[in-house]
Amino acid sequence: MAAITSDMEVEVRRPRRSVIVGVLLVVWVAAYFVLRGIDTLVLGGQETTPLHRWLTEHRDGVGQGNVFFDAIRIAVDHFVVLLQNVISQPSFDRPVPVIGWLGVVAIAAYCAWAFGNWKVAVLTAAGLAFVGLQGLWQESMDTLALTVAAVLLSLLVAIPLGIWAGLSDRAFRVATLVLDLMQTLPTFVYLAPLTLFFAIGPAAATIATLIYAAPPAVRLTAHAIRSVPPESVEAARSLGSTRGQTLLKVLLPMSRSTVVVGINQTIMAALSMVTVAALIDAPGLGQTVLKALQTLDVGVAFNAGLAIVVIAIVLDRVTTAAGDRPWRTASVRRKVLLGVGALAVLVAIWFSRTYVWAAEFPSDVNVGSRIAVVATDVTNWVHNVFGGFTYGLRDAVTIGLLNPLEGLLTGSPWWLVSAVVVALAAVLGGWRGAVPAAVCLVLLVATGVWQDSMVTLASTLLATVVVVAVGLALGVWAGRNRRVDTWIRPVLDAGQTMPPFVYLVPFLALFGTSRFTAIAAAVVFAVPVTTKIVADGIRAVPVATVEAANSVGSSAWQVISKVQLPVARRAITLAVNQGLIYVLSMVVVGGLVGAGALGYDVAAGFAQSELYGKGLAAGLAIVLLGVMLDRITQAAARRTQNFQNRGDKR
Amino acid sequence: MTAQLEYPDLQDSDALLSVQGLWKVFGPKAQRVPRRPELAALDRTDLYAKTGCTAAVRDLSFDVAPGEVFVVMGLSGSGKSTLVRCLTRLIEPTAGRLVFEGEDLRAADEKRLRALRRSKFSMVFQHFGLLPHRKVIDNVSYGLEIRGESKPDRRRRAQEVIDLVGLSGNEHLYPEQLSGGMQQRVGLARALANDPDVLLFDEPFSALDPLIRREMQTEVVRLHREVGKTMVFITHDLSEALKLGDRILLMRDGAAVQLGTGDELVGAPADDYVREFVRDVQRADVLTLRWIARRPRDGEPLDGPELGPDVLVREATRLVLEADRPVKVVSNGTLLGVIGDEEILAVVADN
Amino acid sequence: MKKLRYAGVLTAVALALAGCGGEKVGADKPAAGGKDCGTFNLTVSPWVGYEANAAVVAYVATKDLGCTVVKKNLKEEIAWQGFSTGEVDVNLENWGHEDLKKKYITTDKVAVEAGSTGVKGVIGWYVPPWMAAKYPDITDWKNLNKYAALFKTSESGGKGQLLDGDPSYVTNDEALVKNLALNYKVVQSGSETALIQAFRDAEKNKRPLLAYFYEPQWFFNEVKLVKINLPAYKAGCDTDPAKVACDYPPYDLDKIVSKKFADSGSPAYDLVKNFKWTNEDQNAVARMIAVDKLTPDQAAEKWVKDNQSKVNAWLGK
Repeated sequence: MAAITSDMEVEVRRPRRSVIVGVLLVVWVAAYFVLRGIDTLVLGGQETTPLHRWLTEHRDGVGQGNVFFDAIRIAVDHFVVLLQNVISQPSFDRPVPVIGWLGVVAIAAYCAWAFGNWKVAVLTAAGLAFVGLQGLWQESMDTLALTVAAVLLSLLVAIPLGIWAGLSDRAFRVATLVLDLMQTLPTFVYLAPLTLFFAIGPAAATIATLIYAAPPAVRLTAHAIRSVPPESVEAARSLGSTRGQTLLKVLLPMSRSTVVVGINQTIMAALSMVTVAALIDAPGLGQTVLKALQTLDVGVAFNAGLAIVVIAIVLDRVTTAAGDRPWRTASVRRKVLLGVGALAVLVAIWFSRTYVWAAEFPSDVNVGSRIAVVATDVTNWVHNVFGGFTYGLRDAVTIGLLNPLEGLLTGSPWWLVSAVVVALAAVLGGWRGAVPAAVCLVLLVATGVWQDSMVTLASTLLATVVVVAVGLALGVWAGRNRRVDTWIRPVLDAGQTMPPFVYLVPFLALFGTSRFTAIAAAVVFAVPVTTKIVADGIRAVPVATVEAANSVGSSAWQVISKVQLPVARRAITLAVNQGLIYVLSMVVVGGLVGAGALGYDVAAGFAQSELYGKGLAAGLAIVLLGVMLDRITQAAARRTQNFQNRGDKR
Repeated sequence: MTAQLEYPDLQDSDALLSVQGLWKVFGPKAQRVPRRPELAALDRTDLYAKTGCTAAVRDLSFDVAPGEVFVVMGLSGSGKSTLVRCLTRLIEPTAGRLVFEGEDLRAADEKRLRALRRSKFSMVFQHFGLLPHRKVIDNVSYGLEIRGESKPDRRRRAQEVIDLVGLSGNEHLYPEQLSGGMQQRVGLARALANDPDVLLFDEPFSALDPLIRREMQTEVVRLHREVGKTMVFITHDLSEALKLGDRILLMRDGAAVQLGTGDELVGAPADDYVREFVRDVQRADVLTLRWIARRPRDGEPLDGPELGPDVLVREATRLVLEADRPVKVVSNGTLLGVIGDEEILAVVADN
Repeated sequence: MKKLRYAGVLTAVALALAGCGGEKVGADKPAAGGKDCGTFNLTVSPWVGYEANAAVVAYVATKDLGCTVVKKNLKEEIAWQGFSTGEVDVNLENWGHEDLKKKYITTDKVAVEAGSTGVKGVIGWYVPPWMAAKYPDITDWKNLNKYAALFKTSESGGKGQLLDGDPSYVTNDEALVKNLALNYKVVQSGSETALIQAFRDAEKNKRPLLAYFYEPQWFFNEVKLVKINLPAYKAGCDTDPAKVACDYPPYDLDKIVSKKFADSGSPAYDLVKNFKWTNEDQNAVARMIAVDKLTPDQAAEKWVKDNQSKVNAWLGK
């Protein structure tokens, strides 16, 4: 990582630091040739360390049979099953759910209209109908039921926590730290341990989803409470409000739209996790995707993935519309219309309980199979056209870039790598970078999966460089051009919500099983978020600043490089950081397409009982890598900023 | 007049609100600054260098009489906004006494303080501090709502003050639908709704356009005439201070520089800082004849027109210039002095 | 906008009027039979061969015994855990897993064996058919080093690549490579999907590939892979995992059920216990599911129609 960060930072920093970085790297490479192969801490695929064995042995010490966890599981289970009975599964001695498709569409569209506007209501109805036409009604409803259950439960936990963190500085600091960790933790890592506590099935899936989805809601609720204008709070206090009154009548209502953004992100996270949770028997679309993968059926996997994207887009647009709703509430006319609408919904529900055509989605028109065929054809076409070229690209990148980098990281003694990384962190980020880096490295050695960590690190760094380069290019383009933005954004949304499993098969077809395939998958997964952040950052550059630059006759490139990028520095730092974390969160998925190393260790620990401890340690190692890279980039960014500020004052 | 500050008697029982030796220090271990004379004596930079503390309010004492409009003026950073927040302990003072109607405010507990804020004080904020999710009428009745009044009561009362501040017809709009001036009327109405004894204004008009600002100032003058509330008014605008204030306290770096009426500040600046501050004022609009009358020279004719000492120079100009002999300034039959063309011209031409 | 709303209301009314003539829910209630069978949970492991077992058993249990079968898609390890939580009643194809048998059957006593499925499992190293045709002697392990250079990839670091599969599968490959002194490196593909895709690609584009694979597998219907002959398996030659130098043992795939289910006296238990067929049967059903894209139920129905006598034997008719 050192190498990459330095390359990035060098351009923007005074030359002296770049010289130090360069010297460090040269020393490292020189030392590598001398010390190659010493103390590399190799651990074979089936080998384990005492720590791993200890973890494996103690896995049964916790969970299962514990009254407390059982009670939680049963309560959650009842809740989920109830929701499933209502919208997806045959229930109460009837061959259909309590509410058939017509009723569900009516309720969903009505809610979208009541909380959002009529446009999203139309979108909701169209989206749900499309999913039904895809032949995936029941699976979609299972996914929806699970998502709704997980989101409601996460909010129940997250919003009070968020309020607490919003009101108390100390709680805020602790929460930020814990949430940072939670968000780097790869989902696979806690999926397996969770089954120990909560067994398998919908309840465990819901709980896993809840854990994954709660952080954004906590974060944004705290942020919202903190950004209420102090004058409004003072005004309330000056009139003699109690703390409770201030919270209920001022802070919470004024935080509404930001909290809704948090809820939106929670929903998105929940939806993606519900898909992954298919691995522990969560019903729904995730199952369809996983099953299709077993027979390499790209078409069916894509069809199910598309259904997830459609549901995600509907949920996203509805919550966004709900958040953007102005304070002005209903006019009398709207109230009357809402009342009429409610009646219509009741009628629809009654129909969906009475008549078969309204209860079970008609299967005459099946768009799904056609989508599947087209998707398969497209994949085959791409494979046939690009097939030869892609292997060459893979080999060139692997031999030219990845292998040397990986060789340097895995072939050097662990203490040499650690020393170089800490030194680089110190140069780039001062003690704020060096101390966390040192701690993380020591812990990495302790996990016993040092070599695998270095392999993963090499791929992660390469992937992040590509993600940042592509994200910057696309982001600047979209940030400067509205039309590009409106076209690119839905694609990015889809890229972010499409379960990564779906594009594994096409990638395997193009690149075979290799580390490169994993890098490519990670890039596809992480580019949307980086692009979005960069685009937003570029757009946030004050118009006057850009106009000033134009008025002195800057070329487009000068405006970008000398004005927009430097001013959007914060956003770009965030983009690099998020890109890194997204790439890391794909490490385990990468393990499924031949990346090996930590991703494979985690997956193996999930699947084989004797490797459980090693899998857990590997999961921890991923988190440690994440924390280390995160701290170094943050510290480096902060230092650059300080430097700039000083410069400004002078 | 001398440059020395003259505080009214601290034990003045007529005062509605009495502030004595008030300090507000921000920073680590702030308590020690007012206690230790050697720290209390340090100026801003030295204090920060030595203790890491900043004194926003330094040893202030003044009384506010019932029905008075008391203006606190100073540049930004002079501590005036902190001062007004200390008065109702929105910011907890570091040291000093606050006496309101004979009650020691600093000894009041949370509950008593809330009760006082609900009925005795109200505040109007620079950026209005409105609640965007509530309609105008619900913003105005907020204070009544939290003290538990019934809905019809607070609706009625809110409607009264809305009419009073000239917001009629806008009751059911949301703040974001109103212009800045209208929003501040909502802030004003909200403050009045509680029927408080003291209204505190924290630079209420500085975020408004000049025209609107003047209109709002006139509005405050009108309100003061109609409801006769005691007002503490914070501003950085001298003309606003002169227009509204019965008395003005000029602050600098947290400390008081001069306390007096508008014409005292203009006519007898306490030091160069005040002189600089009031230099651009239309003196003719502020000064009264009292400030420019001189002793009659020997042999001057003393049969000119007579005027009172509190007549503004601007109002007297025409008369003085048209008279062919000096104008006499007479108070209760006593001749205070005379004014000729040159005295008038010195003031008027000064601008 | 306003018009649109009215249009919506009108559509709803129209729908309401039109819909009144439809078929009513519950008009054709399914025959209520086999009250004593009840419900059982069937785990479905992630390979199509298993799915074939599950499809046929579930079909027969539902149609002939009136049971309710709840299928759960689980990885093997997780399914074993399910025996102790009550989430899983039946596992229809178990590949060895002596350690888990010991834990859940002998120690915890939450599961019992329910006999062989009749299907024989084979694990080994395979090459695509075009290689076996072009290099006939490649099927002998002794010649593998001769061809190592063919199998070099970007991942194998100069040696030949031996591609391994899903992390949940039983494998001795690293030890084998070491103990047989092969110039190969084990590369983890990480999933069955990756493995099959690799073979498909290797056969189509005539790329060399040596990989871990197993039978029965529906993919053999598509590409007839050729097994490499490793040193023959002798009982006990794989007791020490680090010193293994022989082929994988042949697996007699068996069925495991939860203790609770075995003791329930449900007719479904007898069905599961009697269920037994052949590799060919399984492949036939698996092929219908994987290649012909039938739903498991349709595939089972088709197979049962053609093999009623076997089914009758399971049902004790």
